[in-house]
Amino acid sequence: MIPVLLIVIPLVTGLIGFLIKSDNGARGWALLSSVLTLIVALAGLGLAKDSPLLHADAQWLPELGSRMTVGLDGLGKVLGLLTAVCFPLIFVATWRDSYKKSWNFYALMLLSQAGLMGVFMAYDALLFYFFWELALIPVYFLCSQWGGERRIAATFKFFVYTFTGSLLMLVGIIWLWSRTPDHSFSLQAFYDVHNHMNGGEQGFIFWLLFLAFAIKMPIWPLHTWQPETYEQSPTATTMVLSAVMVKMGVFGVIRWVAPVVPGGFWQWGDLVSFCCMFGMIYASLLAIKQDDLKRLIAYSSIAHIGLMCLALFAIDKTGWQGVMIQMFNHGINILGMWIVVDLIERQFGTRKISELGGIAQKAPGLTILLVIVALANVALPLTNAFVGEFLLFTGVFTSTATQYNVVYTVISGLSIILGAVYTLNMIQRVFYGNTNTLTAQGTDIKLNEKLALAAIVVLILVIGVYPKPMLQLGQDTVDQVLSRINYKL
Amino acid sequence: MNNIIQLVWLIPVLPLAGFLLNGLFRNHLSKSLTGIIGSGTVLASFVISVLIFLQVKQPGFHGETVTLFDFISVGKLSIPFAFLVDQLSALFLLIITGVGFLIHLYSTSYMHEEEAPHFARYFAYLNLFVFSMLLLVLGANFIILFIGWEGVGLCSYLLIGYWFKNMDYGNAAKKAFIMNRIGDLGFLIAVFLMINTFGSVSFAEVFAHTGGVKAGVVTAITLLLFVGATGKSAQIPLYTWLPDAMAGPTPVSALIHAATMVTAGIYMITRSHVLFSLTPITQNVITVIGLATALLAATIALKQNDIKKVLAYSTVSQLGYMFIGLGVGAYTGAVFHVMTHAFFKALLFLGAGSVIHAMGGEQDMRKMGGLKKWMPITNITFLVGCIAIAGIPPFSGFFSKDEILSAAFGKSPVYYAIGLFTAALTAFYMFRLYATTFQGQYRGVNNTVHGGEDAADTGHGGHDAHGGHGHGLPHESPSAITIPLIVLAILAAVSGFLGIPEAIKPDSHWLANFLAPVVSGTEGANLPAAAGHEISNGTEIGLMVASALLAIVVSLWAGMKFSKKPDLGEATGFGKVLANKWYVDELYGVIILKPLSAIESMLQWIDKYVIDGIVNGIGRLVQYGSRQLRLVQSGQVGGYVLLMVVGILVLFLVELFVKK
Repeated sequence: MIPVLLIVIPLVTGLIGFLIKSDNGARGWALLSSVLTLIVALAGLGLAKDSPLLHADAQWLPELGSRMTVGLDGLGKVLGLLTAVCFPLIFVATWRDSYKKSWNFYALMLLSQAGLMGVFMAYDALLFYFFWELALIPVYFLCSQWGGERRIAATFKFFVYTFTGSLLMLVGIIWLWSRTPDHSFSLQAFYDVHNHMNGGEQGFIFWLLFLAFAIKMPIWPLHTWQPETYEQSPTATTMVLSAVMVKMGVFGVIRWVAPVVPGGFWQWGDLVSFCCMFGMIYASLLAIKQDDLKRLIAYSSIAHIGLMCLALFAIDKTGWQGVMIQMFNHGINILGMWIVVDLIERQFGTRKISELGGIAQKAPGLTILLVIVALANVALPLTNAFVGEFLLFTGVFTSTATQYNVVYTVISGLSIILGAVYTLNMIQRVFYGNTNTLTAQGTDIKLNEKLALAAIVVLILVIGVYPKPMLQLGQDTVDQVLSRINYKL
Repeated sequence: MNNIIQLVWLIPVLPLAGFLLNGLFRNHLSKSLTGIIGSGTVLASFVISVLIFLQVKQPGFHGETVTLFDFISVGKLSIPFAFLVDQLSALFLLIITGVGFLIHLYSTSYMHEEEAPHFARYFAYLNLFVFSMLLLVLGANFIILFIGWEGVGLCSYLLIGYWFKNMDYGNAAKKAFIMNRIGDLGFLIAVFLMINTFGSVSFAEVFAHTGGVKAGVVTAITLLLFVGATGKSAQIPLYTWLPDAMAGPTPVSALIHAATMVTAGIYMITRSHVLFSLTPITQNVITVIGLATALLAATIALKQNDIKKVLAYSTVSQLGYMFIGLGVGAYTGAVFHVMTHAFFKALLFLGAGSVIHAMGGEQDMRKMGGLKKWMPITNITFLVGCIAIAGIPPFSGFFSKDEILSAAFGKSPVYYAIGLFTAALTAFYMFRLYATTFQGQYRGVNNTVHGGEDAADTGHGGHDAHGGHGHGLPHESPSAITIPLIVLAILAAVSGFLGIPEAIKPDSHWLANFLAPVVSGTEGANLPAAAGHEISNGTEIGLMVASALLAIVVSLWAGMKFSKKPDLGEATGFGKVLANKWYVDELYGVIILKPLSAIESMLQWIDKYVIDGIVNGIGRLVQYGSRQLRLVQSGQVGGYVLLMVVGILVLFLVELFVKK
């Protein structure tokens, strides 16, 4: 019941949204829809794991062995909640952004939300693939229609990357389907299929599936679409992309790679881990060099996601718990950063760090909120990200899945220092110092943005001080999936 | 009475409440209310700390843990939000809240020229600092300690950059945070190693299970923890942020960068002495780094002309002493020096602040001189501070420094010799500072004119916001400034009697007896200075007399020399090297920052032209390929049939040969 509602509400309101030919109407409609979704999601949190309300199953394509099975386990709850929380915040925070034919814009955003919800809840591989595309296709339109100057090139690159990934994933899914005894796409059948495959075959399928997810996260060296796409997309879309959509990659590994082809997961762990570790340092160093705020955040995000992926391949309970909580944290924290960037861009018409400065004098309220979000970005203790990073690093360090755990920890740990460098540089050069002719006209944060940012700050601090409920949310998935991966131990 | 310990959570929570009130309502609170909230909450914490101290002081008290809630609990790893109240933390509570309160009080006057919202921001940061520092010393495990550890770093960053319009101050703040972070990475890795080794981060668990652990692992853990300490407590190689941190308001320098935060490393190592005592390698590293830092910083202090810079290098140097103490196992001595140093260095900084205040923001000693005429209270209290730090008996610095030095002598006379030489340098530069500032002739120019220059210089009302002060001659500061000076001067003068050496009067080392339950656990005996007993009483008294005489002679010499003829010119020759801090900042720039920047540029090039170039190349290839393929779709049915037949043939052949 709950998962169906979470998918259907944005889907139906999205389709209706195309018909509301009024800017304000469409905007309000989108907000209303997203708030409704949030309420349903919150109601779902309280339900016990085996509550029938958390699962639904219906006939879909019987001849292909595919059913419409959806459900909410711990992982789904964490990411469903993230999706449900992010969309209303995005709509509130970007309330003052205007778009041509905004009804189409908002309708596509809602469709994308429906796709995301579906991705996180599908228990059937074909259904999963369907939602995966449903989430992505609106983004192509959003970026190419309402994006920046170089939007066409950026969309093209984004499309080629993700489409290549999707195709390979589809091949992988069909391959797996062909190896199931009763030709089924169900998650359960996929969990068992590795018993019929040798290591080499598992390794091959691992790459077919993992590439799509690695592109989505993205993992070095598959990352070059990201700064470009973030830079060119309208900010509301960038928010969806970075706060929620990159989690599809992490999610995919936890649900559809690690337990499905555990042999491949073990086999290629060190290669992927190396890419993650190298990418973290690489992206952090590049973040220091960026002058465009959006690109800076994009590279910073690559480093943060790299750590999550590194912890995934550490195959350690502590680390995986860290991944769970950090997926949520990264989502709201980066959303906070984007809200600030959007506000700056709308006010001053630029995102170039070198053209800004001294905003703190004009906008003390904004500065305080930003500093808190930025501190979460560098994982200061008592912010949410500290809990996540601490668990992630602990997982990587104590990992028994690799013999290079110390190397991974120490080298990727350098990103803790580099993160402070680019984040503090950014705060100093954008907010401190004296105003210039451009920023002298600045005004402080408006009510809607203040509300959105304040909500994020409250979440940052509450989870940072008392992470227990959030940690418990994803626990069952961690235990379950890890026990599947550790089948031979 | 026992339940007072259960109320320990109030001690950090009160300043936290002060932070929230002042922070959230900064636009609505009057300055006097802000000051009352800021100082009052710390005073209340001090009162509770005293009550707890009285409880802890009872004989037979052993540490008590107060658990508030589960912080992180994953699998076997459980980290509660818990506080540990024992002799060590109780002592630090007193120092932090006591000195902290005096500095808050001082700030109400010192920062009075700030606008109300900024005044409230200042007090909010200051309260947040006290909160973090209290977490640091109260934490019952390494993670709560680390929360405070990074928290104080954050507050330090915020307060150094308090005047955020000035980019130089911003740079200093950033440098402090990043250098601290380098140390913090070491600390964190040590924590991971502990989790891996002990499965726990709680002090009780870790220290109880050191038995079966390999020596190499303990050495690694302790060395990594020490890396953390070099960042926070400004030791080689991570000390260069501390002198730059003087960009912050002077009360901040007194509280954070002298009395409390920078001693966090000493606290942490003393807390973990069970681990450190197990590994001679780490102990030797700590001793050598401590000695080198003490000496290096003292030589730099000889040639500084900014009153706060002299004090900053002096702090680095004194922290070096504390590490010598830790390295040779004299944990009580190190903590003793933390305490006396908190008193006399806070006193010196606040005195310097009083001087800067009186001089309208001027910090260059060369433009001062003869201030004792106008500032009698500041003069006397500052002199007390100088005598205390120089190590002249019976003021406090003598006792604590000598405890460390005699323990060092027990390890090696060379350690002692270097320590003693550094002590002589300390006496020299402190009395150079004192004489140049308070004695001799007043060399100040017209303050009004100078204030204007300063304001033009820095882009805002001079340093410490007193540039526009514009008043004729220097004047004594108001009582909110002088009262803290007097209190601290008394403490700086008499607190040494808390640790009278065994050699002079047996069993009268109050501090050693008090701390015995915490720090003498591994030594197995109730000894005043852990390593001090290795030398005879006679030798120890001889060493004390020698160092006292040296301190007195050097102090008098420097005092008279610079009263008559202050050192006003630019430094030349070797002096120039010292004035330029041995060019260490420049060295770091060449060997670290420049190469890093080059790597960044190189990576940016690779990202754009190699990685993205390959991607774009593939993209173009696909586009080209599809343009060629398009030609196949010509509309000629015959062509299609041909292709179909070829296709079927290929499939047939594949079927025939491959699928056996």
